[in-house]
Amino acid sequence: MEATETRTEPFVINLGPHHPSTHGVFRMRVTFDGEVVVDVEPMFGYLHRGIEKLAEGRTYTQIIPLTDRLDYLASMTNNWGYVMAVEKLAGVPVPERAEYLRVIVGEMMRISSHLLATGFLINELGAFFTPLMYMYREREKILDLFDMLCGQRLTYNYMRVGGVSHDPPPEFWPAVKRFVREMPGYIDEYEGLVTTNEIVLARTKDVGVLSKELAINASASGPFLRATGVDWDLRRDDTYSIYDRFKFDIPVGTNGDVFDRYMCRIQEMRQCCRIIEQALQQIPRGEFRARLPHLVRPPAGEVYGHIEAPRGELGFYLVSDNSIAPYRFHVRPSTMINLTTLRDLTIGWKLADLIVIFGSIDVVLGEIDR
Amino acid sequence: MTVALVGTGVAEAVSKSIPGSILASDEKTVVVSADKLYPAAEFLKTSEFAFDYLANLTSADYLDYFEVVYHLVSLKKNHSLVLKTRIYGREAPAVASVVPLWRGAELQEREVFDLMGISFEGHPNLKRILLWDGFPGHPLRRDYL
Amino acid sequence: MEVAGIPEVYSSRELNLAEGAEIERLRCTATQPVPEPSEWLDEGDIEKNILLTTVERMIHWGRHYSTWPVNFGLACCAFEMISLAVSRFDISRFGMELLRASPRQADLMIVAGTVTWKMAPAVRRLYDQMPEPKWVLAMGVCAISGGTFRESYSVVPGVNCIIPVDVYVPGCPPRPEALMYGLMQIHDKITSADTTKDLKLPRLGGARQR
Ligand code: SF4
Repeated sequence: MEATETRTEPFVINLGPHHPSTHGVFRMRVTFDGEVVVDVEPMFGYLHRGIEKLAEGRTYTQIIPLTDRLDYLASMTNNWGYVMAVEKLAGVPVPERAEYLRVIVGEMMRISSHLLATGFLINELGAFFTPLMYMYREREKILDLFDMLCGQRLTYNYMRVGGVSHDPPPEFWPAVKRFVREMPGYIDEYEGLVTTNEIVLARTKDVGVLSKELAINASASGPFLRATGVDWDLRRDDTYSIYDRFKFDIPVGTNGDVFDRYMCRIQEMRQCCRIIEQALQQIPRGEFRARLPHLVRPPAGEVYGHIEAPRGELGFYLVSDNSIAPYRFHVRPSTMINLTTLRDLTIGWKLADLIVIFGSIDVVLGEIDR
Repeated sequence: MTVALVGTGVAEAVSKSIPGSILASDEKTVVVSADKLYPAAEFLKTSEFAFDYLANLTSADYLDYFEVVYHLVSLKKNHSLVLKTRIYGREAPAVASVVPLWRGAELQEREVFDLMGISFEGHPNLKRILLWDGFPGHPLRRDYL
Repeated sequence: MEVAGIPEVYSSRELNLAEGAEIERLRCTATQPVPEPSEWLDEGDIEKNILLTTVERMIHWGRHYSTWPVNFGLACCAFEMISLAVSRFDISRFGMELLRASPRQADLMIVAGTVTWKMAPAVRRLYDQMPEPKWVLAMGVCAISGGTFRESYSVVPGVNCIIPVDVYVPGCPPRPEALMYGLMQIHDKITSADTTKDLKLPRLGGARQR
């Protein structure tokens, strides 16, 4: 029998800006042939708050709260990336203790962010909200720790140019030790529930494969890049802060599919625990903030500071004209650049897979739109 | 640790293969003229420098000229470079797009086009990205508001 | 009867005597037939056992226990809203667990986050799609007044420029407890609404006839 090809009329659907699976206010204009995706056009800007312009009118210290609101699931690392760029520009030394505190909170932030990323990914695989409840259980523990540090649950404003804003209270240390001790057990629990689940495997293995070459060419970063097999982590390859003092591995995928991204995040959480443990052992006593004048006034010049945020390379490009406010403030949005390849990843897959692939990229709109 | 290449050394190599392309160079940066940007970028990608990764693309407005800044990294050799170009004139500034070389520039160039008003010739899909069509002006320019 | 190991509290005989006394008491008092209820139940008791209310108040009472919010996360505040919905704070306790993205069955819109001008038409449309009656809660300073981003070129200076707002919960972001308090305020607002307050209703006559 001769196979006749049935074609349906192309069908355009707007996913977003208000859609539960787009993690905020992202919008995709998707063209379908039947149920198969033939074209995807990402549309941004529904959360564009003009942070880059606002920053030009604020002092260097006043910008720190703005950076909190970029990638609001990883505020600590945003703070860190920004103050590191300013420190590089102004040549400010950072006390040892502050560096350790930054590493500890930065890695806890990474755990919390990856928890949500995996939780929402499983949510989008169809396990509505139940796995997320588990992930939130641990996330709340981390938020409690941050609450002790700076009194906020989401927008911390903890880092300062030349250190951090507070020394942790005494009850912080036993709590963080306990958390680090217990966390690997919880990760085992997630893995037991999810990693070998047949449905998860069927829905994620070989879905949304990104090749190594394309990933590099499209400037992908973070777990999204490492899942393709590129061994590139700024913590090791462009060591900043004191990461050269810790022993940790960098999990790398092989295939570049959704499952590898999930696995990379899970493995990274284990490595975070290792780093925090070592930092807790090594942390010295002393100053937690360098003594600086009230207003930072870096010399004229420019700097590009970047760190390995949970979602990828977060960069800050600052131009100073030796005044108290930056002349130009630019954020390198890691997740926006990761979305460059969204079209290549999703074409040919079904609608349900589109949601999963998009979820595995793990975007945060605050950072994309700024 | 990523090694930041010395700009003057790279500038020498670039000007040897593409004469007349270098406007200035110093410790960290290489500034190429806007009309020679694409060949210079291609040279940096394909020559022994092997800059295969475009870390960041942005722009700044210095009132007499616009500066487009490319932060290049080589994942293979683990070194980096800041490449810049200057565009004079405030009416319809334009420069060649580097999307054929690095796809990562696609959305970032659109963003520069939207917020700074610099158009990129040869970009596959150049339109506003963050603001809506019909928004008056380009907010990141220094003379906006 | 004696069970080994358990001390006897009442002997069988004592129990039998008590039972006999009970029977005797009933037999001595039950000499007259009991009258019909209508003869001995006076009117005051009936009034104490019947609850009269307006249909409206009844509906409000039911409604405030099932306020379904539309899941409308815009920015950072959305994650505190989700925190409220998941394990630790758990708004199911207030009959609100149905955070769904569709506005069609929702009565409450929690505007959680910065509203930009690009998003504003969508906010307005979602509000219009919600069936009446509906309430709006502005969560976070961004939704209240633009907050940190008030002077920006692309941010709506307060969501009340676009839609009417019932309750404002300040904070950046408000803690889940604060949002919970805001929800309580919405509940109060729902139950205390009285549309017939100023209406002169005609009295229904003959209510006291037997
Ligand atoms: S009020 Fe604060 S936390 Fe809430 S959306 Fe605005 S900036 Fe984010």
